[in-house]
Parts: sequence; C-alpha cells; structure tokens
Amino acid sequence: MSNYTYGESRPALERVSETTRLAQEAYANYDQSVQMLDRRGFVGTVLSASALVLGVAVNPSEATAAPTTWQPSVYLGFEADGTVVIMAHRSEMGTSSRTTLPMMLADELEADWKKVRVEQALGDEKYGSQNTDGSCSVRDFGMAMHKAGATARTMFERAAAQKWGVQPGDVAADQGKVVNGKTKKSLTYAELLPIAAKMEVPKEHELRMKTPDQYKLIGKKVPMLDEHNIVMGKATFGMDAKVPGMLVAMVERPPVYGSKVKSFDNTAALAVKGVQKTVELPMFKQPHLFQQLGGVAVLGDSTWAVMQGRKKLKIDWEKSPNDSYNSADEKKFLLDSVLKPGKVVRNRGDVDAAFATSAKTHEANYYAPLLSHAPMEPPVAVAEFKNGKVETWCPTQNPQAVQEAVAAAMGIPKTDVICHVTLLGGGFGRKSKPDYVVEAALLSKATGKPVKVIWTREDDIKFDYYHTVSGMHMKAGMDANGKLNSWLFRSAFPPIASTFAPGMQYGAEFEVGMGLNELPYDIPNIRGENCPAPNHLRLGWMRAVAHVYHAFGIHSFLDELAVLNNTNYADYMLKSLGPNRNIDLSKDGVKPWNNGQPISKFPISTGRLRRVLEQVVEQSGYGKQKSGNGRGFGIAAHRSFLSYIASVVEVEVDKNGKVTIPNVWTVADCGTVVNPDRVVSQFEGAAVFGTSVAMLGEISAANGRIQQSNFNDYQVARLTESPRNIQVSIVPSKEPAAGVGEPGVPVIVPAITNAIFAATGKRVRDLPVRRTKLV
Amino acid sequence: MAITMTLNGKAVSVDVPQNMPLLWVLRDELEMCGTKFGCGIGQCGACTVHQDGQPIRSCLTPVASVAGKKITTIEGLSPEGAHALQKAWMELDVPQCGYCQAGQLMSAAALLAKNSNPTDADIENAMDGNLCRCGTYIRIKKAVHLAVRMLNGSSPSEANNNE
Ligand code: FES
Ligand code: FES
Repeated sequence: MSNYTYGESRPALERVSETTRLAQEAYANYDQSVQMLDRRGFVGTVLSASALVLGVAVNPSEATAAPTTWQPSVYLGFEADGTVVIMAHRSEMGTSSRTTLPMMLADELEADWKKVRVEQALGDEKYGSQNTDGSCSVRDFGMAMHKAGATARTMFERAAAQKWGVQPGDVAADQGKVVNGKTKKSLTYAELLPIAAKMEVPKEHELRMKTPDQYKLIGKKVPMLDEHNIVMGKATFGMDAKVPGMLVAMVERPPVYGSKVKSFDNTAALAVKGVQKTVELPMFKQPHLFQQLGGVAVLGDSTWAVMQGRKKLKIDWEKSPNDSYNSADEKKFLLDSVLKPGKVVRNRGDVDAAFATSAKTHEANYYAPLLSHAPMEPPVAVAEFKNGKVETWCPTQNPQAVQEAVAAAMGIPKTDVICHVTLLGGGFGRKSKPDYVVEAALLSKATGKPVKVIWTREDDIKFDYYHTVSGMHMKAGMDANGKLNSWLFRSAFPPIASTFAPGMQYGAEFEVGMGLNELPYDIPNIRGENCPAPNHLRLGWMRAVAHVYHAFGIHSFLDELAVLNNTNYADYMLKSLGPNRNIDLSKDGVKPWNNGQPISKFPISTGRLRRVLEQVVEQSGYGKQKSGNGRGFGIAAHRSFLSYIASVVEVEVDKNGKVTIPNVWTVADCGTVVNPDRVVSQFEGAAVFGTSVAMLGEISAANGRIQQSNFNDYQVARLTESPRNIQVSIVPSKEPAAGVGEPGVPVIVPAITNAIFAATGKRVRDLPVRRTKLV
Repeated sequence: MAITMTLNGKAVSVDVPQNMPLLWVLRDELEMCGTKFGCGIGQCGACTVHQDGQPIRSCLTPVASVAGKKITTIEGLSPEGAHALQKAWMELDVPQCGYCQAGQLMSAAALLAKNSNPTDADIENAMDGNLCRCGTYIRIKKAVHLAVRMLNGSSPSEANNNE
C-alpha cells in the first residue's frame, strides 16, 4: 500500500502580492511587438518539439520536430526544402485561432497555404501572451502575424533582387516564389533561403504590407486546419493524449469548497483489479489561483478500473466554513445587498435628486444563477515529472499559466515545465485555469510515473471555477414624455477577484468594466454601484463573463422601460442613445477598463451600436412583426469585447409553456474580420450558448454541496431546444479587429426574455427561464 | 475470458472485465480514440458507435454485450473520409472544437442508413441526443440534408449551391 502526500513543503507562492494579475492576464493588453531574432537567421534551433503531440501516442523521449534552418520570427521558420513552418501559439478550442493567425502570416508572406505546416507552439513567454481567452487573438496578434510575414517576404524579395542584380521594386513575391517583373523568371523561397537567411532583417518602417486587394486568404473563407482530422475521428484532444507507461488517475475531491481529507480508507479501492495506488492531494493554499482542490486520487491501469476504484474510497472530510452555503440564502442575500448603497463605480450628475423630481420612476431586480462551463471535453491532463522537470500534454487555453501553476506547485522554475498544447474539446474559459494540470504533475511526482488525470462529467460540474451568481437592482427616472433622465444600476456578485485575492467582495476592474460602469446612453444622471458579496466557491470567467448577467439586467430593464412608455425597445434605445458620439467615461470618474485597450483606439461609439441595432431591426422585421398569443420578438444591442452586437430572437410559447426559438438574427460589427465564415460560426454558437444560459443553466449549492452532476441535471441546449435558424450578418468594417468568440452571448439572453415577454406578457427577471411558469 | 467482436470489419478480441463499457475498451485497450467520452451516462452522444448498424451509446454498453456483434466507429465510417456525411460536414464547415462531431456523424450515418431522405423532424429525432456545446446544430441539420443531395448524385459544392 502506498500513500503519499505531496506538496506540503512547497515554497510560498511568489504571486501572492500580485493578487489579480492572473485574472487580469486574461484581458490585459500585452506588448505584442513581434519578437524578431535580432539579426541574421540560422539560429539552428528547433522551432518546437510539440509536433508529435498531434499524433495519438506521444512518447516524450521522441518528441523532437524537424529542425528548421531559418527562423526569422518566433512565429515563423523555414526548413531547408523551403517548407514554411508557422507556429500557432494560441490554443484551438473551436474559434479557429490555430488557423486564422497562421493564415494571416501566410498571406502576408505570400506563402502557398496548402504547403504551409502549422505547428502548435509549446508554452513559452517568447510568443507573448498565449492565453486564448478574452476574445483577443486577432486583435492582439494580427499585426504581429503581418509583420512576421512581411519581414520574411521582404527578405526573399531582396534576396532575389540581389541575385538578379535588379532593384527590389522590380520583383514581387507570389505564392512561395519571387518573380522578376521584367524577365518573368522566378526563384522559389527554397532557392532563395540561403541568401535571404543571411540578410539584415529589415526595419519595421521598411516593410511594405500587402494592401487588402492583394489578400489571398484574409477576408476569405478558410476552413479550420483540423477539420479533416475531426471528421475522420483522428484529431487529438487532451483526452486522447497518451504516454507510454502512464497511470490513469481520478481524484475524489472535497464535496464542500475548502474542506480537506480528515482520514480515508482505501482498502476496497485497492482491491479493484487494475487499481495500483491511492495518493492524497493536499488542499490548496490561499490564494487559490490555479491550485488543486485536494482530495484522494486513485491511480491504475485503465480508466474503467480507476472509476470503479474511486467509488470504493471511504473518506472522512474536515468541516469547511462553506458547509452552510445554500444558493437559496445567497439569492436573498444578493437581492438584499443591491437594495443598499454599494461602492460607487460610476457617477454622473445626481440620480437621487433626479428621481425626486422625475415625472415617473421604475425599478426592477434581476437575478442570474451560478453556471458551469461544461465544455464537451471535461478537464484532462497528462504530466510526467522526471529529473526535476515536468512535461505535460493538455488541452489548455493558457500554456504559460500551466507553466506558472505547475512550477509553483512543484517548487521548480517555470522554464522547467514543458507544456504541449493539444486540441481542446471546448474551453469557454474553463481551460484557462490549469488546476487539472497541477493535479497530474503532483500525482506524477508522487508515483514516479507519467499520470493522466481524467475528470468525469460529474467532476467537471461539481468542481468548476464557476461563472458567478448575481443580483442586480435597476432604477430609472423619466420626464413626462418618458425620456430617461436618471439610471441607478447596482450589481452584487461574488467576484472572480476572490479566486486571486481571498475575501474580496467587490469585482475586479474587469468585472465592473463589463457592463456595470459603461452604460452608453445619453442620460444626465447615471450611477453605477457594486455591492459586496462573499464567495463560497471558486469562481472564474466563462464565455462573456460579467457581460452575461449585466447585459441581462440592462436590456431587460430597457425593454421594461420601453413597454412602460408604450413603445418598443428598439425605438426607446435609439432615442436613449442620443446623437452619434464617443462616450467619455472619464467625466464620470471612470477609468474605462475597455478590455485593457486604449479608449483612443477602441472608443465606445454610440454610432456603431446604433447601426447594428438598426440593421437587425430591418433584417428581422422587429417592430413590424406581430407579437402576442404565444409568439414574440425580443431584441438587445450591446457592446462587449470591443464589438457591437445586436440580436433579435423570435420565440414561440405553446399552451404548456414550452418555449421554442424559430429564429435568431444577429448583426455583428467586430471591426476588421479575417476569416468571415469562422466569425459567423462563433455567433451561431453564441446563440446556442446564450440559449443554454437563458433557458436552462443553473448550478446551485445546498449545505455547501453542488446539487447538479451531469447533463441530466445541468442541462445545456440540445438541438431541438436551440434556435432553429440563426442568421448572422457581419458589418463590413475597417476598424481595428475586435472580439468575436464571446460578444455574441450577452445579447441573446435578454433578447430571449424580452421575446418571452412579448409572447406571453410574463417578465422573467430570474434566470433560468425554465424556473418560471409561463402559462 | 476474451471477448470477440468485429470492429470496423476486422475481428478483434479483448481480455477485459465483462462489464467494462465498450467506450473504454475502444479508447484504452484498442487505441481507437475517435469515439469520445462526454458524460458516461448516455446523455451526450459523444460516444456513439454502431452495433450491427444501430447507433448505440458505447459508454453504457458493457463489452460483453457486443460479443459476436459488428461494431463500427468513426474510424470505420469511411477510411478515406469519403462518406457523404464527412464530405458534407467539410463543405459546410460544421465543426468548431470538433469534440462532439464523431458522435454527431455516427448518429447521422445511422439515420441515413435507414432513412434516405429525412425531414428536419427526422433529423431532430435522431440527433437530439447528441449535444454540441459549441452550438453547431444548424450546420449539422444543413449538412445532413446536403449529404442526402450528394448521395443523389450532386457534387458537394453543387449540392450546396442548389440548396
Ligand atoms: S459519453 Fe456516452 S452518451 Fe455521453
Ligand atoms: S463542435 Fe464543440 S462540442 Fe460540438
């Protein structure tokens, strides 16, 4: 019998004083300047050793990729035969980051896309942020791709000009070769490689970028690189990673957050054929960050054996301060909390004075429950601890966070953590939190073998970094004509900040900055307040984060105000938006979070919001379509992740109160769009994700224990529950590229509840909708 | 005692506990990882394979129960990816993360095998047990219809354009 406890002697985390740094990393603005090797090529190093991870059986000792001979950028290398190797440094979870960024580079390079080899990068800070989160891959790295491609193309062009003794202006790159404009002779990149690799790297101002009319890939439909493997069943996800000699592990985690093992009996577990040992994992230390929850791991030869063995563990748990945590009480607490003044996060004018003199006022409270990410592939990781280093293969949105978290847990430098990124079977923010990788690393150290930690769906639902629960209070004052003159917006939610700074009861800058302090309406008196709320679980960001509940509150309330004034949301919102302008929040004491981006580059434009709203009204016929008698149209328009989105949802409610969604129309202005069909697909997916949030999703706790366990009781939208048609229109734009993966979600939720109101007269202020009897 | 079945046209024999679900036999014992684990309780369809042509949830199927049966997995649907559904899936770029798609394809293939011209309602019936958290449902429905047109003789792009 072997039982180990590991990690007790782990050194204190260095990051304690940095509190929310990791949380903010998801959204922060990084310096994305291309990291060119200073001069001359022939660095002679391997680009990456991760190529093999995308083959099924991975043997770390064989993990060496073909060396590249010339590497003009961290994102780009060439092999001796001219093969272009582009590093995908962002993770692929279905948004096509792994395709779209390399395709930008290839286009600017004038490479033949069909011959490009894309390799998944290891976790390494040399790439800049790899945190594929916050809807920012193209926004933050598009320019880096262009620069890397243009740099190498320029060098090939100069090499050809030198060889032919002509001016660089006389030659032009074209699909993997350089053509002499006069003689029409050409030289391939392979032929030019030895000369190009020795040239001085051009300065940035010398680069000539392609003009949009010269693009061959950008702006076109480019399928995901992995599509063929996916339909063949050959794509390798984290769940498919294997290392010879590995043990499979499952962890029985504490049923209540913050509880730890008092004692356990593993006799019956070890008696299961195929089970080899059990290992106790210590509880995390505050701040939680991305550490393991703790518990007892069962390790063995096969998934099935380990599953059976884990069921046979007998564990006594210590008491936890969260033993009395109940969602029903928390709901009351939050809805009480927002009736009292909170921390002022925005103030314009004087709402109280305005309310006192308003012709009419209206108030409403809203509630949205905890949610779980539930990506189709539950968390899973393979890790091997050997010679003081950890090598891991995992589906992660953030391989550098894997390096940091594993290093901290093991007490090794982060450069000694080699992180291979597999494909992700969905992420939605869950897989930017690598606690599951930490578990695998700790267990490998404890057993001396590579370990694959598999989370079952029950583990995933019961031990998530949950999307937080929220209560909101809205109050508005209007003049006699119904024109808004004041809006008070209070929001209370246990903050994600608490995962990084224990005890935090107020939102981090990014949580407040998602909707609470940035109402774009032309109203002289606005106050935003964040009311305190303690956490009883570990919390984390989920697709669209705080915008999900804030947009639900804002746009439900606007719809209520419109109804109160005998008009519809679209007309009322357009009137409330006021003239086209950029909103200056600084006048209201707000330093806009703005996804970490300068407001000068990404202003809050009421004109762009108006445009998507007007377009979706036109396309859907909203306002002209008749509502009532079980059929209704709802709408919402919201700026998030720097994009402007409006959706109209049509619902049908039958006489049993069953809701179906025949149609969704979405109009999206995300700035410049690189791979339009993949953008459309993200908004289609967002309509389904938003449907799950609005109609079905609810995580709840009783006596500290999560009451849901699998897709039977934590439901996500099925085919027949999802919108039957989704029509997505992308607004053509030359504005800088903004977010795509997340901003489609927030509008859908209030558009659905507004449509339900139109259909039935029932205003749903508590999510999910299925809790309300509609007829 | 070894259990023998025909897997993608080949006889295979495994020596595992009788009650081990087929899913884990495929994934852990036979190195066939195309069939996915999503829930383990028959709720998501990610593990769908065919048993004698019928779609089954391999996570709930004890391996002993498929002794002597013909099992087809995504790897055996068409070795070259030539199945009309696979082509239609690519023509319409159905997958996002892709994790659910093997199960989706196997459910759709079983449907087309017994119903050569399914209506939307038929598709909804046959596919409602296959969750896609990325939300690719509308393309799945379109792709099934497209595959039908392809089976009736159109090329993928013709069939798509004639929609
Ligand atoms: S894994 Fe079998 S139905 Fe979900
Ligand atoms: S494509 Fe991701 S779950 Fe279906």
